[in-house]
Amino acid sequence: MTDAEQQGAAYEEEHVHAVYEQIASHFSATRYKPWPIIERFLKELPDGAVGADVGCGNGKYLTVNPRVFMVASDRSTNLVKIAKQHQPHDSVVADVMNLPHPKHSFDFAISIAVIHHISTPERRIEAVKAILELLRSPLAGNPGSGGRALIYVWALEQKDSRRGWDEGNEQDVMVPWVMRAKKEKESKKGKGQKAIDSSNEAEQPSEQPQDKTFLRYYHLYRKGELEQIIGEAGGEVVEAGYDKDNWWAVVTPQL
Amino acid sequence: MKLLTLNFLTCAIKTCKSAPSSFPLHPRDASLEVIETDLNLPFLKNILPRLMWDELRVITSELGLPDLPPTPPTREDLVVAAEDAAVEGEESEEEASQTAKDLHRVLLETTVKEGKLVCGNCGHEYKVLEGVPNFLLPGHLV
Repeated sequence: MTDAEQQGAAYEEEHVHAVYEQIASHFSATRYKPWPIIERFLKELPDGAVGADVGCGNGKYLTVNPRVFMVASDRSTNLVKIAKQHQPHDSVVADVMNLPHPKHSFDFAISIAVIHHISTPERRIEAVKAILELLRSPLAGNPGSGGRALIYVWALEQKDSRRGWDEGNEQDVMVPWVMRAKKEKESKKGKGQKAIDSSNEAEQPSEQPQDKTFLRYYHLYRKGELEQIIGEAGGEVVEAGYDKDNWWAVVTPQL
Repeated sequence: MKLLTLNFLTCAIKTCKSAPSSFPLHPRDASLEVIETDLNLPFLKNILPRLMWDELRVITSELGLPDLPPTPPTREDLVVAAEDAAVEGEESEEEASQTAKDLHRVLLETTVKEGKLVCGNCGHEYKVLEGVPNFLLPGHLV
């Protein structure tokens, strides 16, 4: 690895992987509804297709189609333990940069909300290459006949979202994940306004559980940026679009 | 981790992937657990062409499981031969043969609970804990 890559990997370890490991069960409880475009991609697969879910999180896409076989992977052991309950599939702990699969062995792959956590442009291209490498190669003389992957990333252009980012904003951001403490009934301190405790109180073994905020690193993709890195990784975009604050693309290896 | 999954796993180290000896990974010091699941006959039929049969035979023999037959079953082998073959709508009435039940047991219900998976090329060992194999590499191997 080059120095820049090493730094990128170390940065992601601290600002992505360690965070997910800690928020796993809370995160999982909020991730249960599959997004429609991803659901359609998975449901349209032929029966018996074999694929990978790279960065599977809690495995919410493993519930969509039990007629295919998916080997899911995630960096977070705690999330993989949640994901592995979904039959007939299976889940392993692995890194997108070093996936433990034979090359060109899968009919399909999905990677949903994963490569926006990668912190350098070179590593983003490497990650897309790694996903493309999983897919069946196209047959000679039949471009587009190779396996297909669906990739989703968070968009910079999302002015109507809660976050309100848009064109022109900084693309590399830290996004809070707030784990709400269980509220006790007697402590009504106004509508969602957190009273600032005196430091004395804060140090006492907490009878009042505190909210805990974790920051995760994200790279927000500009319009066209996902297609650009797919091209640089040697992939061909079959279909692409914008869906609720995300850019997505279906990609296949070139001949 | 299911034994079927080993059909799609190799060493995570890039330079190993082009070496034939990196596939399949070899279970070592493995404790197995049978986790029963519903048998899905269409799924078994569809997965047949994807099975690397010789490699699966190596794995089952290394695990001390009963030998798999030398050649893979066919789709027909997975179904109990219908007595009166001309019944309409037979698709829904197909019954799983003993061969299908055995295959389901070994591929989908037999899991590695604890142990290691070893690359035949570089010798790197990947740990399996609580049924979850871990393929994260130490810094010097990335």
